[in-house]
Amino acid sequence: MIDRDRVLQVARLARLRLDESSGEVEQMARELSGILDHVDAIGGLDLEGVEPTSHVVDLVNVLRVDRVGPSLRREAALAPAPDPAEGSFRVPSPQA
Amino acid sequence: MADFEAVIGLEIHVQLATKTKMFCSCELSFGAEPNIHTCPVCLGHPGTLPVSNEQAIRFGIETALALGCEIAPRSIFHRKNYFYPDLSKGYQISQYDIPLGSSGRLGEVRIHRAHLEEDAAKLSHLGESGRIDGSDASLVDFNRGGTPLIEIVTEPDIRDAAIAREWLQLLRSTLRQLGVSDCNMEEGSLRCDANISIRRRGEPELGVKTELKNMNSFRFIERGIEAEIARQIELVEAGGRVDQATMHFDPASGSLTVLRSKEFAHDYRYFPEPDLVPLAPSLELIAEIRAALPELPETRIERYIGELGIPGDAARVLGFDAAAAEFFEAALALGGASPSALSGWVTGELAAALREAGHAGVGDSALSSSGLAALAGLVEAKTINRRTGREILVRLVSQGGDPVAIVEAEGLGSVSDADALSEIVDRALAAQPKAADQVAAGNQKAVGPIVGFVMRETKGRADGPEVTRLIRAKLGLD
Amino acid sequence: MSLGAELRALSLTEAIEQIRAGRFSAVEYGAAYREAAGRDDLNAYLEVVAVREGEQPDPSAPLAGAPIAIKDIFCTEGVATTAGSRILANYRPPYTATAVQRLLDGGASLLGKLNMDEFAMGSSNENSAFGPVLNPWDRDRVPGGSSGGSAAAVAGGLAPAALGTDTGGSIRQPAALCGLVGLKPTYGAISRYGMIAFASSLDQCGPLTRTVADAALLSSLMEGVDRRDSTAVGIPGGIAIPNRTDLKGLRLGVPRELAGEAEGIEAGVRAQFERALALCEELGAAVAETELPNAPHGISAYYVLAPAEASANLARFDGVRYGLRVADHQSDLTEMYERTRAAGLGPEVKRRIMLGTYALSSGYYDAYYGQAQKVRTKISDDFRAAFADFDLLVTPTSPSVAFKLGARAADPLAMYMSDYCTVPISLAGLPALSLPCGLAAPDDGGPELPVGLQIVAPAFAESRLLDAAHAIEAALGFDCAAVRREIGVEGARNG
Ligand SMILES: [Mg+2]
Ligand SMILES: [Zn+2]
Repeated sequence: MIDRDRVLQVARLARLRLDESSGEVEQMARELSGILDHVDAIGGLDLEGVEPTSHVVDLVNVLRVDRVGPSLRREAALAPAPDPAEGSFRVPSPQA
Repeated sequence: MADFEAVIGLEIHVQLATKTKMFCSCELSFGAEPNIHTCPVCLGHPGTLPVSNEQAIRFGIETALALGCEIAPRSIFHRKNYFYPDLSKGYQISQYDIPLGSSGRLGEVRIHRAHLEEDAAKLSHLGESGRIDGSDASLVDFNRGGTPLIEIVTEPDIRDAAIAREWLQLLRSTLRQLGVSDCNMEEGSLRCDANISIRRRGEPELGVKTELKNMNSFRFIERGIEAEIARQIELVEAGGRVDQATMHFDPASGSLTVLRSKEFAHDYRYFPEPDLVPLAPSLELIAEIRAALPELPETRIERYIGELGIPGDAARVLGFDAAAAEFFEAALALGGASPSALSGWVTGELAAALREAGHAGVGDSALSSSGLAALAGLVEAKTINRRTGREILVRLVSQGGDPVAIVEAEGLGSVSDADALSEIVDRALAAQPKAADQVAAGNQKAVGPIVGFVMRETKGRADGPEVTRLIRAKLGLD
Repeated sequence: MSLGAELRALSLTEAIEQIRAGRFSAVEYGAAYREAAGRDDLNAYLEVVAVREGEQPDPSAPLAGAPIAIKDIFCTEGVATTAGSRILANYRPPYTATAVQRLLDGGASLLGKLNMDEFAMGSSNENSAFGPVLNPWDRDRVPGGSSGGSAAAVAGGLAPAALGTDTGGSIRQPAALCGLVGLKPTYGAISRYGMIAFASSLDQCGPLTRTVADAALLSSLMEGVDRRDSTAVGIPGGIAIPNRTDLKGLRLGVPRELAGEAEGIEAGVRAQFERALALCEELGAAVAETELPNAPHGISAYYVLAPAEASANLARFDGVRYGLRVADHQSDLTEMYERTRAAGLGPEVKRRIMLGTYALSSGYYDAYYGQAQKVRTKISDDFRAAFADFDLLVTPTSPSVAFKLGARAADPLAMYMSDYCTVPISLAGLPALSLPCGLAAPDDGGPELPVGLQIVAPAFAESRLLDAAHAIEAALGFDCAAVRREIGVEGARNG
């Protein structure tokens, strides 16, 4: 179960603004709870000692030679930026 | 104050001296025009994937081995999730539960872990103050974004600020001699955070710690840690309590400010990076890298003190300066001078002469190792005195040459005729009766004017210690 | 019948043969499709791409200049790439995805970019910021998703073949719902570089085509090691163009959890599946029941793992370096992030980011993410055990035929169950192909719609998979009637 406060907390972590006036928070709580109810079925499985799988391909040490390759021209790097300035990406100040 | 002791652990981020970034082939740079070393990968464009830099992994293993760490047979990268504009993907690729290296030691400090990760981009804050506060916009330069880093975390084994600074200097020279980083604090290639807590002496439990962020010089590290220890002690003595927080030290004002309190602690949601496969360095590779490690400061210092009998201070100076140590060893191998005499020359007179001549190291000068060996031999054999030796050294540094030939050609040999020297000392005592009385009465320092007289008479070629010995003998002191 | 319609009635392989034989040129072939795609009324295309200046079709190249359409999740240099999201509405990537580049290097002409569920999250293509895609078999129904635009374009005669991506079934399910061949190769067979990530440990690209031979042709060009993707190992021995016409000596396993016992499989789907099994036996296969005991937990594990990875993969859409930014002069950084992402991302994407963020958050990791990874291990073990006794496994691809637009939109969980049969294979990283195996009436009534047969092979056994699919395809003689109707070629047949 996931309640309204937890939804807001998670939304904050994910940098998603939910519309509190339109009931978006409650709807999200309801939907997530429904999905988690289903997902919780695996919580009951006894998987003690089972190795977790994070990669299905059995590979190690795939490495790249330390050789310089081409970079983007700066104009190309900045072309898709919403607010380029002074050869850089401008953002609102990260106020602490 | 005496009731408390500080408990300090350090977290050091070191940029590795590879040619390219950790996960893309953009060139590493410092001080370049902003955003000229970027590509879709390090800008975090959709669809791009990281591929690990082989040299960075190798440097990481070298570093971990140099710090006495065990190398994990299999380690993986994780994603460390948080939003900040200097992070192009919304996560940093870093190692988490299984670091590349763990359980090491350097000097008196245990190493908790050493792991690989990528650096963030550079943020500059627009606006008047140039600091985070009060500015309304910031600029992001991704040239630095993705630079390979090794993060070294110590155990909380350090007890005061001066030791923290000294240990960091040992770490820096170790990494420099390994060749894995230039460790330039001003340029940010070595950055240090400190975790600091205090406790009453004898208490086993650790106090609440604060984290002091990003101090960019050895002096500031020492001052910052000192200030934070003082702040905590003052707080506790006044009946207060230390709160977990991240602090910033302003070297200009000497003040500490809270950057982030515990309530804003991050939830990084670490999970295994699916775009990279595990690192599993073979035992052969580890053995090969271990065998190729150079002698590092700590071992060198121990060997110089233990095997060569060199005084601790000189041994440490040589340990921290690999070029000087190599020069020293080359001179020593030629024979003719004792290790401690030679180490004195290298770390004392030679270092001063190089500084004066504006040379960064002995390699820039005209002095050869055989020149220094011969010179030190002449002084040790008392063929010339130390002062003459020093003068010749200055000439060798700028012009080179053979000190034996110089001494012969210019007649700089010491006045070694015992009768002649004895006669000059007699005259000196007669000329400085007041000083002679004071020396006789036990004032050691009063010997100066008498020695000065002898030196003037011999044009500086008398052996100083021998003159002093004669003076004291004639005054009936020995 | 116009020349354009005649050309569009051919399979890709047939068209290439005819271009080589000089019956028509690649330019004429491409023009026929560009003209048709320009009149797209299925909302399959987000952009039809003009012939590049100086583009010279080379008849001797493997694709001989044939036009191929691409799901809009693949980055194409200078060509808008949106992943079906408003947050990337104006994004033009500075580079091209490896899989696309390999097709271009093989002589393909980029025909256009295809609609999709936003960031590949969906099973109906109703989650696109640019509107839903219609199923050419029945315009009131969904084409499946998330590669819905790819499926609709190929089934609607608007592209000879298309690229899609499959994370939990996003190639196979729309292929099934539109009567096409859809191949999801082994994880690691084809580079993911340039494919906008949804769930990195599951995403794999593959073709949606009208024939098995077409799927083999495109896959053979795309597979291979890529130095830009650490996980791309290629297929040892590559992919051969299939020509098998029987199944003699092959052991086919029918996992009861995904076929016989499974709830929610429509009667019509079940009947066509049974008919296909009987046909396989006729072709010489030994068909027997087997089990995948942990497969029923696939959806649960998947809806932890995929959203968790997605929550990180989609964190880069922050309004800093590219894409949408929503902020005003008063906005601080956090507000800029939150408003940008709130405005730029659709409801299903937000739901999955929330779910994934929650599953990874402090105190919940072990219960959700850790547990789901272990389920993943168990499911892989189940497949390994089954493949000790069988050469291939077969199931229905989708429990139902194409459903009505809006039918599952209000119920996320019901929508997630569309991938019940495909998700376990994704979790195990195995190759699977959906083959049209007949038509069936939906449970809610209406005209007959395509049913997909899912064939699953061990890792990197794509050639075995394609060979078997080719034999069944030849025996079934499935008629892609939608193509015929859409292009107005009565009597023409595919395959
Ligand atoms: Mg770090
Ligand atoms: Zn780069």
